[in-house]
Amino acid sequence: MTDDGSNIIVVKDLVKKFGTFTANDKLTFEVRKGEIFGFLGANGAGKTTALRILCGLSRPTSGFVHVAGFDVSRHPEEIKKRIGYMSQKFSLYEDLTVEENFTFYGGIYGLSRKQIKEQTNFLLENLKFHKSKEILIRALPLGWKQKLAFSVAIMHRPKVVFLDEPTGGVDPVTRRQFWKMIYDTASSGITVFVTTHYMDEAEYCERISIMVDGRIKALDTPASLKQRFNAINIEEVFLKIARN
Amino acid sequence: MTAPAVWVENISKKFDRVKAVDRVSFAVQKGELFGIIGPDGAGKTTLIRILTTLLLPDEGKATVAGYDVISSYKKVRHLIGYMPGRFSLYQDLSVEENLEFYATVFGTTISENYELVRDIYKHLEPFKNRLAGKLSGGMKQKLALSCALIHKPELLFLDEPTTGVDAISRIEFWDMLKRLKKRGISIIVSTPYMDEALRCDRVALMQEGRFLDIDEPEKIIGKYDKKLYSIHTTEPYLLMENLRENVDIQSVIPFGDHVHFTTRKDVEIDPGDLQEALIAKGFKDIAVKIIKPGIEDCFMDLMNIEPQ
Amino acid sequence: MKRFLGFIKKEFYHIFRDFRTLMVLFGIPVAQVLIFGYVISNEIKDVKIAIFDQSKDEVTQQISSKILSSGYFLLDRNLSSQKEIEPVFKAGYVREVVVFEPDFAKRLKSEGKATIQLIADASDANIANQVVSYTSGIIFDYVKLLNMEEQGAAGINTEVRMMYNEGLEGAYMFVPGTIALVLMLVSAMMTSISIAREKEMGNMEVLLVSPLKPIQIIFGKVMPYVVLSFVNAVIIIFLGHIVFGLPVNGSLALLLGVNILFILLALSVGILISTVSNSQLVAMFISAFALMMPTILLSGFIYPIENMPEVLQWLSCIMPPRWFISAIRDIMFKGAGLLYIWREVTILTAMTVFFIAMSIRKFSVRLE
Repeated sequence: MTDDGSNIIVVKDLVKKFGTFTANDKLTFEVRKGEIFGFLGANGAGKTTALRILCGLSRPTSGFVHVAGFDVSRHPEEIKKRIGYMSQKFSLYEDLTVEENFTFYGGIYGLSRKQIKEQTNFLLENLKFHKSKEILIRALPLGWKQKLAFSVAIMHRPKVVFLDEPTGGVDPVTRRQFWKMIYDTASSGITVFVTTHYMDEAEYCERISIMVDGRIKALDTPASLKQRFNAINIEEVFLKIARN
Repeated sequence: MTAPAVWVENISKKFDRVKAVDRVSFAVQKGELFGIIGPDGAGKTTLIRILTTLLLPDEGKATVAGYDVISSYKKVRHLIGYMPGRFSLYQDLSVEENLEFYATVFGTTISENYELVRDIYKHLEPFKNRLAGKLSGGMKQKLALSCALIHKPELLFLDEPTTGVDAISRIEFWDMLKRLKKRGISIIVSTPYMDEALRCDRVALMQEGRFLDIDEPEKIIGKYDKKLYSIHTTEPYLLMENLRENVDIQSVIPFGDHVHFTTRKDVEIDPGDLQEALIAKGFKDIAVKIIKPGIEDCFMDLMNIEPQ
Repeated sequence: MKRFLGFIKKEFYHIFRDFRTLMVLFGIPVAQVLIFGYVISNEIKDVKIAIFDQSKDEVTQQISSKILSSGYFLLDRNLSSQKEIEPVFKAGYVREVVVFEPDFAKRLKSEGKATIQLIADASDANIANQVVSYTSGIIFDYVKLLNMEEQGAAGINTEVRMMYNEGLEGAYMFVPGTIALVLMLVSAMMTSISIAREKEMGNMEVLLVSPLKPIQIIFGKVMPYVVLSFVNAVIIIFLGHIVFGLPVNGSLALLLGVNILFILLALSVGILISTVSNSQLVAMFISAFALMMPTILLSGFIYPIENMPEVLQWLSCIMPPRWFISAIRDIMFKGAGLLYIWREVTILTAMTVFFIAMSIRKFSVRLE
């Protein structure tokens, strides 16, 4: 079973060990093109480790991991060109303006000056932010920073964008605006792979996986999971899985 | 009549030109579990740091257990336990060494006050020789709480103890706070998670340095004066786009697998009619209901009312 | 007191669990002394020399053959005029030129003394120093022998001339300089970084809110580094002594006392730095630029103070390491007592008091 063209991420029997500690224990899953895939798990369950491997930052101990058609062990550089990444910790340069940040990251991904200009205008207009592109990032509230960071992460039109707890600490209104962006991004053809601690956000995903102690314990659509675990919401599903 | 646990009058604090805390007043009674709820940047941390005597307010007056936080800061420091947002553990010390260190700093020993932390610390005891840096978020949080409690404080200040911690650890953590409250400890806790408001006796909803409201969670919900509709759906975004075309509908907000909306003034929609209309448009698994709002609905509602 | 001890215990945990810190604390000093020690004690063997014998008599030939048969020296060439000396050095291989004055044996006989000039390439001061002292030693042996054979005091006068660095300043400066550098590094930099770390990780918030007094926090942080710095100073002096026979002519107690004084000074500077820096990185930069560079450049460690422009000489007066280096040089090499170095000790004491007062004033009981 390899890429039949409809999956952007294919993971089979992924194992990652640190010494004697197994952080990822035989993970197997696929993510379809254009999907919003929620990657859930308790702290220390191994989400970050898996995320790093998928981004080509770390090599699996064993197993088959293909992202955007490339093997993570053999072609991490090819993968890095085709993905976007954004996390709560990764932020834009505080002492550069909005536009300068866009130009800088566009340059990193080898966009031409014209492409950078087009993409910057397009993304900022979507955010209704194009009038304020001279503002220093430092002067913006957290919610705006996160939305801008997300825009930067997709400006080179990656095949898949990884979002690591993108909405942590963000106010409820901005949080929803952020998810609106995720939806628009996914419907434009970019696959979204997202981790979150907000269980209501898990409901917005097309499919979610729940990791416990290095293993994927459940993977399905939110609706099917609720049905299977006889739960009223994903939080309850999560608790039932994690407590067993 | 004894002094309230916390009493604050018109406290303000500016950093450069940003008003982190803007004329805030409130009081917390002894033994109360008081929540300060708001997103990052709302001013929660600044407010807690003023109360824990770590920052000086620009204006206003505040007392903790009856002592002024400016002039009697040393007295205050003896009475409180404080758990900052980053948990303040020494990553290169083991679980036990961390606890021991904080115990000696406060002039006590683990065994002397073990009774108080046993409930929390028992989860950690199997890992007591592990370095704190190697603990998971939930365990770090429990250790930090143990450290803040080891000297039997009268008041506990917790700054975002549940941020970045998974859902299970969060639930366990609130259960622990509830048990501490039963022992008579007053607890002031801040959090960005709206759903945690219901775990508090009273909450302040904080945004941009100000309190939007301060009351018991149920009463805040009771003040919500609009009719709130909720639709269960499997396609929230498609549904929202559809609802936004309806002129009678004012605000449409996704809540997990539900969409909440309110109607324009003096307009009422019959849930049954809407449900049928939506099913006719091809939506499946639709259920329209009138519901009681949650704190998050209230917060967003209050955010909109507040002038910027 | 128990709180204080608990604090110190914790501090030692930090130090001993961090391999990199340990390397900085003990590896660097040892490495530095060994490197400098190696450079200085570079063994003399087969050093190329040239001889300019203007006399060519029995005595000069005897002396020449004695020098060349010692095993330390190889004859590169014989020179026939004064003018050849400079080019021989410029060519680079010859380290020393031995010059016998004309009519050497005759003068020795008639006047009872004659002169040998030793010209050394002192661009490498340490080697030059040793080459010259070996040569002089051989000549003295010969004189002694001569005196035993013939009664009547025969005196051969060796004139030593160091080319390119006449004063030989710098050679013995390395050990005192290294001590100053290491004590600054360990004491000031490590304390400022470790206090800044407490702030950065948020631990300081909790400590401030605890009943610990600021002075207890400071002394708790500093105490372990006092001990470690002192151990370091002793190691360096010991290594200096073993590796290249550095003398301690003065009182050891006084030497250690001055070291402790300087440690306290460096620590108070470190505390002061930590009060103005909120992160380890800032603390490190300030330490590096405010302490390390002046210690290396302006204290006389590498460049002799006398050769500096006047402005820098003035500037060097406010550099603590300058006075420290001067004091321990006097104790170690000149065997000076407290009376001789009172000026340095007074200045160091005054600086210590000043910095302690400053840092206590600056240390905030709050986060702002």
